Amino acid sequence: MIIRKPKSLTFGKVFNHLALLALVLLWITPTIGLLISSFRDKEQLAYTGWWTALSTSEQNAWGRTGTAEDQVKKDGKFLISGTILTSNEKTILTYNTNFKNLSAYKSGESMIFKDGSLFTLESDGKYEWISQKPFTHKRGKRIFYVAEVPPMFSLDNYREVLASENVGQSFVNTFTVTIPATIIPIMIAAFAAYAFAWMEFPGRQFLFVCVVGLLVVPLQMSLIPLLTMYNKIGAFFGTEGKSYLGIWLAHTGFGLPLAIYLLRNYMGSLPRDIIESARIDGASHFQIFTKLVLPLSVPALASFCIFQFLWVWNDLLVALVFLGKQDDQIVLTSKLRELLGSRGDNWEILTSSAFISIIVPLFVFFALQRYFVRGLVTGSVKA
Amino acid sequence: MVTQLLSAFLAVVLGVGACTLYYVGSNFLLDLAFTDSGENAVRNSRQRGAIRPWLFLAPALLILSIYLVYPVFETLRLSFYNFGGFEFVGLNNYIWATKNPEFLLAIGNNFMWLLVVPSLSVAFGLAVAVLADKLWWGTLAKSLIFMPMAISFVGASVIWKFVYDYRGPDTDQIGSLNAFVMMFGFEPQAWITLPFWNNFFLMVILVWIQTGFAMVIFSAALRGIPEATLEAARIDGAGEIQIFFKIMVPQIMGTIMVVWTTITIIVLKIFDIVLAMTNGQWNTEVLANLMFDWMFRGGGDSGRGSIVALMIMLAVIPIMIWNIRNFRKEEEAR
Repeated sequence: MIIRKPKSLTFGKVFNHLALLALVLLWITPTIGLLISSFRDKEQLAYTGWWTALSTSEQNAWGRTGTAEDQVKKDGKFLISGTILTSNEKTILTYNTNFKNLSAYKSGESMIFKDGSLFTLESDGKYEWISQKPFTHKRGKRIFYVAEVPPMFSLDNYREVLASENVGQSFVNTFTVTIPATIIPIMIAAFAAYAFAWMEFPGRQFLFVCVVGLLVVPLQMSLIPLLTMYNKIGAFFGTEGKSYLGIWLAHTGFGLPLAIYLLRNYMGSLPRDIIESARIDGASHFQIFTKLVLPLSVPALASFCIFQFLWVWNDLLVALVFLGKQDDQIVLTSKLRELLGSRGDNWEILTSSAFISIIVPLFVFFALQRYFVRGLVTGSVKA
Repeated sequence: MVTQLLSAFLAVVLGVGACTLYYVGSNFLLDLAFTDSGENAVRNSRQRGAIRPWLFLAPALLILSIYLVYPVFETLRLSFYNFGGFEFVGLNNYIWATKNPEFLLAIGNNFMWLLVVPSLSVAFGLAVAVLADKLWWGTLAKSLIFMPMAISFVGASVIWKFVYDYRGPDTDQIGSLNAFVMMFGFEPQAWITLPFWNNFFLMVILVWIQTGFAMVIFSAALRGIPEATLEAARIDGAGEIQIFFKIMVPQIMGTIMVVWTTITIIVLKIFDIVLAMTNGQWNTEVLANLMFDWMFRGGGDSGRGSIVALMIMLAVIPIMIWNIRNFRKEEEAR
């Protein structure tokens, strides 16, 4: 018997831990970046990386002073005072009247303008501008500054996309598409799967081989003929070719081969004795199916439901072809793609919308992972 | 909004109701038409047995024919017709395809995707499956790596576009990749427009999603290898690396092939990622995106769109035949 050397064993273990840790970090970092960013203040998000979200950041910005209208007379001098900050979260470090040399004056220090007036900016953004002669300017002077900004987190980005970008409506639209498109195919597939598994009829083998073949037929082959057909039907009834009914049926059609395949394999693996003894007792196939096979097939039905739900929720292509882009039809994926085009630089909008679109599938996924994995494995593992 | 949700709910009720009504009703009528009582009981029972399977199958077969079988033949027909589908143009579309640089570029890019994505997904998937099975926190690790499977391709595109984000070299980067690159003193890059290599940055997204799938399947298959086999190899003095390559991999070869072909099919149809990230610009065009483009370009050219779709179908056919042969073998073994 060989005794393993403990030293090399330890090294291997440590390597295992580190390698897996590296892979896991690599895999989750992009998603975490998105999640953190979606809660950050939109200005900070635009200038600093999400990994600095917890540290205080420096920001270059500018504000305007008041105009001549704001001046008051005090001790024979003219004074304009106020604040150049719009929010009180910032701490001003240095400032200047042009942006080329921002570190010219520290906050609290005074600078003297060409006309002899004295300007002082405090670190909290309050300024005092004192002059011997009355002020006459109509536009406020621009003051450029470097400020320290503490980390800011809020739900503002989410409020914005839900209110003004219509992402909330898209969320409802996606639900409208997904629920019928998940439930209808499962019923139709269950009956067909039972027929393939337990009933005798001519052409059974051939038809099921066809289903196996259809499993891999690319969706792209169906799009043009179906779109033409939908448009014709729409024109015939004088309505739009793009409708929820159309996409429900399309998703049903595209999901059926996998549903029939998975369910037939599962039902076929149920013990023959149960079904045959029920036959001998005089039960019809309809009774056996509804009272015996269907309840026994719940795990397989559940895994297909999760598949189809995730697939329909995450689908973009079918939605682009069979649904319109107006507010009451556009789904989340489609909306997100549109925002990528039109608001490509507004990361506060993109990150929060993306997170809204993935929260439901993530929840379903983590809650029902066991069924999902079981479905995947029975569909794929072959001896 | 509320009315819309109500109508969706109503659709579920109506859809399920109609299905139930059909299945229950038709079976009831069948039992009524061919009763067990009377002189023809035996013949009736036989006829019932002959008809009932078709009642079970009819809705599925009808929908499959309309949504999958008919379109395949219609697409084939349309590929011989002009843009509107009403004038026969022979092989014109095919000739156009062989000369169109965009089409050839898409084929070339798809080919690269086919080489890179399945191989990397399988390699990473195997690595994670083997590593995670030995560690106490392996289940958690697998869950986290599996998570991208639940995220849509568009959602994943947003996530990665943020990773690839590019700012000028003088400002702070907000994309993690450029920040990482600058940490080592290199110049930041606009990854998505970087000629040729941008394709690989798009492929990374799909590898990120599919690795979880490969991992889950391999993990299940590895558990199927008898512990005795592994123990025997260890006693004979085989190292962990030898065990991996000489025992584990050959034992699950069938599963590796299944995963490889499944990912291959997904790659052939890859569309969302390219549309969302580049829309085929900067030489990243792929077949599925080109097909979508032709479907609507200039009011829609069904002839050229069909050619592109057929190209994808052509690539899938070998896998389809392999699948069917595998299935036949399994059925015989039953």
